Order: sequence, then structure tokens, then C-alpha cells
Amino acid sequence: MSHILRIENLHVSVEGKAILRGVNLEMKFGETHALMGPNGSGKSTLGLAIAGHPNYEITEGSITLDGEEITEWEADQRARAGIFMAFQRPVAIPGVKTADFLRHATTNVRRPDRKEGEDLIPMREFRKELKSKMEQLKIDSEFARRYVNDGFSGGEMKRAEILTMAMLSPKFSILDETDSGLDADAVKLASASIAEIGRDKMGLLIITHHDKLLEHNPPQFTHVMLGGRIVETGGSELARELHDHGYERIRKTYPDAEAANQEMLGKEEPATV
Amino acid sequence: MSTDIAANDSIGEINKYDFRTESKAVFKARKGVDAEIVNQISEMKNEPEWMRDYRLKALEIFNSKPMPSWGGDIDIDFQDIYYYLKPTDKQGRTWDEVPQEIKDTFDKLGIPEAEKKFLSGVKAQFESEVVYGSLKQDLSDQGVIFTDTDSAVREHPDLLREYFGTIIPSTDNKFAALNSAVWSGGSFIYVPKGVKIEFPLQAYFRINAENMGQFERTLIIVDEGASIHYVEGCTAPMYSSESLHSAVVEIICKRGSRCRYTTIQNWANNIYNLVTKRAVAYADATMEWVDGNLGSKLTMKYPAVYMMEPGARGEILSIAFATKGQHQDAGAKLVHCAPNTTGQIISKSISKNGGRSSYRGLVKVEKGAKKSKSNVVCDALILDPKSRSDTYPYIEILDQDVSVGHEASVSRIGEEQMFYLMSRGLSEAEASTMIVNGFIEPLVKELPMEYAVEMNRLIQLQMEGSVG
Repeated sequence: MSHILRIENLHVSVEGKAILRGVNLEMKFGETHALMGPNGSGKSTLGLAIAGHPNYEITEGSITLDGEEITEWEADQRARAGIFMAFQRPVAIPGVKTADFLRHATTNVRRPDRKEGEDLIPMREFRKELKSKMEQLKIDSEFARRYVNDGFSGGEMKRAEILTMAMLSPKFSILDETDSGLDADAVKLASASIAEIGRDKMGLLIITHHDKLLEHNPPQFTHVMLGGRIVETGGSELARELHDHGYERIRKTYPDAEAANQEMLGKEEPATV
Repeated sequence: MSTDIAANDSIGEINKYDFRTESKAVFKARKGVDAEIVNQISEMKNEPEWMRDYRLKALEIFNSKPMPSWGGDIDIDFQDIYYYLKPTDKQGRTWDEVPQEIKDTFDKLGIPEAEKKFLSGVKAQFESEVVYGSLKQDLSDQGVIFTDTDSAVREHPDLLREYFGTIIPSTDNKFAALNSAVWSGGSFIYVPKGVKIEFPLQAYFRINAENMGQFERTLIIVDEGASIHYVEGCTAPMYSSESLHSAVVEIICKRGSRCRYTTIQNWANNIYNLVTKRAVAYADATMEWVDGNLGSKLTMKYPAVYMMEPGARGEILSIAFATKGQHQDAGAKLVHCAPNTTGQIISKSISKNGGRSSYRGLVKVEKGAKKSKSNVVCDALILDPKSRSDTYPYIEILDQDVSVGHEASVSRIGEEQMFYLMSRGLSEAEASTMIVNGFIEPLVKELPMEYAVEMNRLIQLQMEGSVG
């Protein structure tokens, strides 16, 4: 399989404020990319813009998937085309069982032309698959009956996101700080799960501050974001360097981007999902 | 002798409930309500003198009472409604005995099928009369009575007269008075001491003719230690002019008994649905109302439980869904008349596309009802800026050492919830339906499976075309 996700000169504003200022990024199916950068540099914004959040307005540039421009597509169209984002803080949907939600989502993503009201994947078949994926990810089977993200601990939320990724098996996955708020063991488990589900089976864009999540997922490419732009790209050694020494060198090397970053930090943080 | 499926203009698709049956009435009273009409109804039914007098007295009360000054806007011309329409000469004991076109109607509504699968007994009312009735043999062997209220006047006069109008007197309100004057049909149920009915008894009320008023009268007596689950469904086709449904339901739960009364109604949205429902619960008895209000132009309905003796419980679960041109003024009433009584109201309302839903509820603790507990939770979900939700909670506490709680929340469908679901491949319509279904899930899971499925389907129907 060869799929390409290409981001060209992407400018994104939230509530009229410019956040991304010309991002270029190309990912191929099967590759693992790390996206690093200090707080407020625009990492989550890039993810949400790719996923199609309606509040993230693309003012310039394009996103193409396998040559097709998806810049104007709704979030559900993008999901059906194979774009996935594991959110940092997924919202709760009270009263909706995780299994019902996943059955709907899985059906739609596998049958992108499905019309509303048409049959879902047969229950028995779906349950079997869900059960095996849950076992693989060491998720308690009781999970399926709980309401979507409702009252979940930080660790449970992240595992639910990975489970969703496993069920939807997208072409490209953006993982937004899937390690945040987790203890060391939980990060290890998340890292191993991502590798098991995603490695070589999709394109991965891993947004992280740490290298723990990358332990099982050594990136071929590491991108550093600052002030709404990708200022440097390297291999896995760059991720290690940033983890060990922080962003001092980057901030000094790219003073313009650093100034933009400080300016953005001064503003109110955009709402994140 | 045919049933036509009429296209529903407002949705632009075929609504399962919106079809008219070409049916020739055996008798149709002229429009309007007065002593002549009331006498005519009583005569047609061959009623005893006391019932005719009861009706005529109620008519006077109806005429003397003003319209309610609160709730929704009621614009009814009482003289432009048919009050009595007799669709057939006799009630069927099997569906084959029911006139074909009426049987077809109930077939379409899925009643005979449900009866076969999971019901203990069925009453089907078409316009003013119950046209079909059944009860499982083992239940009638145990002394259970499940009949239409008209037959009960003739066949169980003493039992009926002992309770009829004692819970909701004609003087209660204008519409209770109107019902008392022109009532026809409805269910009469008696569950003897200790008899527990496992599967639900169901009644289905269908209005078919234009400008038809339906005024069924239901009386349920659950004797000591007995239990019953009664379910009613109501629908009507869509006409250009308004119709009126005004029922009275009285329930007596004796010591240690249990009654659950579930309503799933999906009236066409030109029906005024003005219903009075009230139960009394004696020592250690439990009365539960599960009230699903969909459709209608205006619904005003506040099922009540009066807890008369220690240990009585009253629980009311109410769901209201108001869409374009609809006002659901729904709620509940709990009255603690004795110590150690427990009440709970859970109300969920959804407003969409300009619809308005109001929660109106009363919790009253009478003097002497010490150590009583009541809790009210009402949540409203508003789907768009055009729609509206109001809460009118009334609390009256006349004694001390009681606990009464009230929580209310109003939420709008969150952008973040929509985006989350859409980012998983759900369309905008699917996502909002899923959020709404999740919102009412705490109530739907209280319903037997078959009704839960129906409820979700109805919500789905209401949600269709909601996004654009």
C-alpha cells in the first residue's frame, strides 16, 4: 500500500487568531513521524486542522490525501477517507455505550458510502472483533458497556482512543500527547499498544513532549514545531536530543519563530479537544 | 375499505403513523358538546342513570370552569369537534372479528404482532370505542379484570362505582370535567390480591378521523400485594385542523402493591393532548409513571402520585421531545400525605427546531408527613438556538424533618461532542441523534426492550431532517 498525506503551506486561524503560519509536512503510509515542540507551538492545532475541526479555519495552503484535496472536507468525510486523531482530552458522550459508538464508527469508516439508517456491521461479527482487539490491548471487557469517555480515568481515555484507532485502522493516525497524564507503566503500555496496532500498518504522527512514547515507535522523522511552523526535521536522534536537552537550541536558532511562539502564548490558549 | 398511506409534507417522507383509514362509522354524533350530545352518548352506551347524571353534572362544571391560565396556548373551538364516533357495532375477541380496515390499521401499528410476542393482554381503541380486547386465560382465571371502561359500567358496576371519579373528580380541572361528561372507552383493570402479572397489559389509542376528540377513561385498581405493568401507545394521522385528546386516568395502589404505567405517545402535531393522570399509593405500595411525550401541538400532562400511607413510593420518569410547532408542557406531581414516604421525579426534555419544552412539577409535603424524602432531577437538552426550554418547579413543604432535593440542568449539544463523533466517521445527523439517544438513555433503559427499541426509533424519526 502506498498512501501519502501532504500538508502544504498550511495557515490556520482560531477565532481569527493565526496559529499555524505555513506548515509543510509529508507522510507516507507505514512511516512514523514524531512532532515535538514547546507548549503553544501549534502541534495540537495542526492535528485538529488535519482532522477537520470546524473551529480551525484553514486560511491558506492545502491538505491532500493520495493527491485528493481534503482541505474543505467535513470531519466525518476525512474519517471515512482514513484520517484519525487520538485526542488529548476526548469528550464524554453520556448515555452512549462505547460498543455502540464503535460499531457505528467502524461501519461508517469501512463502508464510506453507507447512508444513514443502513445496516451496521452484524452484531456478532463486531463483538468478536472488538473482544479480540480489547484482549490484545489488555482492556477489560466491561469497558464496552461503559458510556463513551464518561468518568474515564486519564489512562482509560487514552486506551479507549487507541482501541478506537485499532477498530478503525486508518491510513494516517495523529496521536496527540497520548502519554500526557499517564504514569510510567501506563505510558509503556500505551507505547507498546501503538506499536502493535499502528507500526507499519498506517502512517503515524506522534505528538509528544517525551521520548517514552517513542520507545517502541522509533520515528524515521522528527519534526520540531515553533511559532506555528515546522522549523527543523531530523531522524530519531533529534527526538532524543530534544528530550534530553529541551528546546533551548531550537529557540536560539530560530528567533523569529520563537518570537511568534511567545506572542501566541501571550494569547488565550485555543480550545483543545 | 382501504388504508392509504399519506405522504407527510413536513418531513417529505412516509411516516409510519401518518396514514388514514377509510372507515365507515356505525354512528357519529354531530359536532359540538351540549346536554343533547351527552345524553346521546349515554343512551348509545345504554348506561345506568347514575352515570348519565354524572356526565351531565360534569358538563355543567366544564361549562362553568375557565380555561387554565398557565401552561400552553390553547385555541380550541369546542363546538367544532366530534365528541363521539362509534366505529363498529361490537368489540372483537379475536382480530378476525374486527372490521378489516381497522384490523389493518392496528396491523400497521404492530399491535397484533406485539401481542403474540410479549403481552399479557391488549385493548385497541379506534376513535371512541375499544374495538378489540384480549386477556391471557390464566390471568382471567386468577380473577384479573381487563376490559374497556364502558363494559365495566355494565359488568362490574359495584367495583367501578366505588372508585370511578374518586381520584380525579370532575371538579379537578376543565379538561377532567370535559372527559367526565363525554368519556368513552379506556381500560378498566382490577388485579386481585397477590396476583403478579408478569408481562405488560397494553392499550393502544388511535384517532383516525379529522376533528375527532378522544376522551378515554382509565381506572386501574391494584389490590394488596398485586403488581402490574400497563403500557399505552397513542397515535393519529396528520390533518390540517386540530383535534383533541383528553383522557383521565385514575389508579389505586393498595397496600404493598406495585403499578407501573408506561406511556409512549407520538401524536400528530396538530393534536391538543390535555390529560389528567393521578394515582394514590397506600402503605408500602409503589407507583411508577414512565411518560414518553412525543408529538402533539400542545401537551399538558403532569402524572401525579399521592402517597397516602407510610412506606408509599412514587416515581415519575418523564421524557419530552418538542420540535417545530410543538410545546410540551410536561412534568409531574408528588404529594406526600404520610410519614416515611419516598418520591422521585426524573425529567428529561429535548427541544429542537423551534420546539418548546417545559418542565412543570410540584412536590408537596403535607403536615404530618415527617421523614419523607423527595428528589427531583430535570435535565433539558436544547439542540439549536431557535428552541426553548423552561423549568417551573414548585415545592411546598408543610412539615419539618423532611428531605426535598431539586437539581436542574440545561445543556446545548456541544460542538466538541459533535466534532468528536464526526471525527470517528459519524455524519452530522447520526452524531446528534446519538447524543440525544445518550441523553435519554437513563430513562429508555427502564423500558422493556421492545419499548426501548420503539422509543429510540421515535427519537430517530424526530431527529430526521433536523440537520441542514
